Amino acid sequence: MRSNNLLITAVRLLLRGGKAYWTWIAILTTLIIWGVMAYVDQLTDGLIVTNMRDQVSWAFYIGNFTFLVGVAAAAVVLVIPAYVYHWKPIKEIAILGEILAISAIIMCLLFVVVDMGHPERAWHLIPGVGHMNFPKSMLAWDVLVLTLYLTLNSFIVGHILYRGIQGRAYNSSLIVPLVLFSIPAAVGIHTVTAFLYAGLPGRPYWNASILAPRFICSAFCSGPAIMLILFQILQRTTNIAIKEEAISKVAELMAYAMFINLFLLGAEVFKEYYSATEHLVHLQYLFNGLGNQRALVPFGWASVICGIAAFLIFLFPQTRRNVVTLNLGCLLIYASVYIEKGMGLVIPAFTPDVLGEVYVYIPTFHELRIGAGIFSIGFLVFTLLCKVAVPILTGEFANAARPLTQGTAAS
Amino acid sequence: MAERCTDNATTPEEEKFLDATKLGRRDFLTALGVTAAGYLTGCSAESREAFFAKRFLELSPSELDLRLKRLRDSAAVKYGATVDVSATPAQPGVLFGYALDLSRCVGCRRCVYACVKENNQSRDPQIQWIRVLEMEKEKGIDLEHANPYYNPDTVPDPEHFYLPVSCQQCRTPQCTQVCPVGATWQEPDGIVVIDYDWCIGCRCCMSACPYGARHFNWSEPTISPEEVNPKMHALGNRMRPRGVVEKCTFCVQRVREGLYPACVEICPVGARKFGNLLDPEGEVSRVLRDKRVFVLKAELKTDPKFFYFYGL
Repeated sequence: MRSNNLLITAVRLLLRGGKAYWTWIAILTTLIIWGVMAYVDQLTDGLIVTNMRDQVSWAFYIGNFTFLVGVAAAAVVLVIPAYVYHWKPIKEIAILGEILAISAIIMCLLFVVVDMGHPERAWHLIPGVGHMNFPKSMLAWDVLVLTLYLTLNSFIVGHILYRGIQGRAYNSSLIVPLVLFSIPAAVGIHTVTAFLYAGLPGRPYWNASILAPRFICSAFCSGPAIMLILFQILQRTTNIAIKEEAISKVAELMAYAMFINLFLLGAEVFKEYYSATEHLVHLQYLFNGLGNQRALVPFGWASVICGIAAFLIFLFPQTRRNVVTLNLGCLLIYASVYIEKGMGLVIPAFTPDVLGEVYVYIPTFHELRIGAGIFSIGFLVFTLLCKVAVPILTGEFANAARPLTQGTAAS
Repeated sequence: MAERCTDNATTPEEEKFLDATKLGRRDFLTALGVTAAGYLTGCSAESREAFFAKRFLELSPSELDLRLKRLRDSAAVKYGATVDVSATPAQPGVLFGYALDLSRCVGCRRCVYACVKENNQSRDPQIQWIRVLEMEKEKGIDLEHANPYYNPDTVPDPEHFYLPVSCQQCRTPQCTQVCPVGATWQEPDGIVVIDYDWCIGCRCCMSACPYGARHFNWSEPTISPEEVNPKMHALGNRMRPRGVVEKCTFCVQRVREGLYPACVEICPVGARKFGNLLDPEGEVSRVLRDKRVFVLKAELKTDPKFFYFYGL
């Protein structure tokens, strides 16, 4: 009996794949090894292999961390309507959103670990064993909520898949409350991450109450953008059927989120440029450059232009239903938010630094390699979880296992 | 400006010395491995202390002795220097304060180098706890137009004045509250210190500090054995490992023994004053009474114990 040995079943599902699947796995594995080798260099020589210095003491790693917290939180966009309102088309794909959340949180935690000067001392954070500066430190809060969110999503996905492999439906009296709880938890991880920055009065670029709402809005754009592209890939490469209606609905939600995101950015830009206090200089580094230092300017504008273009694409039903423009919109949103929540959030806050020095930060090749390695780990986790989840979702697995049973996990 | 500090050309002598520190690291890693193996087989208390370092504040007296012994031994292994590491606690009735006379400072940076020497800061890459900013007289104190890399033939330059900045030893420090593991705190005598054995190197405190006072060991700090200042404090100028944050401690190893900080002692124009704020006749208390002082970034409510004034 397959269901008697779940692990073997899961491994069997993982090993079933065509040439494309194995090529993909090989590419990811190569990138992971390449990244790990860069990380070994970093462990040997120290964070000097990055271009971070005292002036810009957080950069590429923490920017990616912030972006990915948003991706993880955005799983909630799909979960709310799916579970709360029992809305069919989205419900099928909500579990994929949760798998994405798991992958994103793993990437988040890895980006924090590679940014640490002493990763082997991470146990200092564990309450009881180490010493967690709770509730004062926002990073302590962040570690707590991220761990909680990861555990929660892993449990939900694990339970649904476990039951699916056995050919049984999930226990809704257990899962529905947990899913309901994951909604505030998702908002929580992003709010706490925003507070990590917004709570620092010495950094006026971050010290704004609008930061947390902006985080939530941009997350509600970028997370679904990645999902929509992944869904289409899954639709092509697997038997999973994602209804047109679901994709269109998600795209519509993204249009609203992008509008609010742009509005909040506009509010911020107006306040800074119109009042033109000493705080303006950081935004100027992003949009105008400071003297000859214009490293971020093309990115700053690219982010805004991509955001506006994507908003227009998702606003009109014709363009959001068209596959080509829909995917273009997704890519534009991804680019826009990746810049805005990554380098665009972190670097300008440190440029100029608190004593007025302009240090132009550009990531080193080591940083990019480590980043690529972490993204590959995330994609690998996502791929492997999907490989197990998809046949269960489509009923293909259950049908093959025991042709006469009706039970599929996701319906 | 994005160049790496390590790209600087090194002399053969420095090369040799860098090799020595690399060897030291290997020794250290070997020692770590031996420690791990030793632990499993029941090893000495000292190596156990290195492996499962406790938070400084939670050390019992005997554990503290072990910690100091390990710091002495590791300085000997790594830097070939015989050192004395103390853990002199804060004295009751003392709150240290600092005052700096901007009208006297000539921007000679002698304080910077005295500090580096006294506090065993890394020579390569260079770490300096004091940053002297050159300001345009016309603009007044304006950080946006400050230049920390000024290099004229002679100082003071007639067009400029100088603002040295180091840790402001805030009464309500923003750096300590953000630390996720409680590795940095304010001592009873007002000095903000770091437990280098507990710091995880997340650099939250560097983001929080409004004065750029915190510095990170981006690579293994290097210092040649003959330059090591052997008079050390466990929370101050002891040797730091790579990957931790460090900062000015008002020379905790000196001031708790009744000495002036190195920067005060070296200042050729007497611009730097240091004293006990709780003593009405203390040097800084007298400045506060007789002069009009200000603090940097007062609007952030960090409430520094580092005051600036114009004495002339």
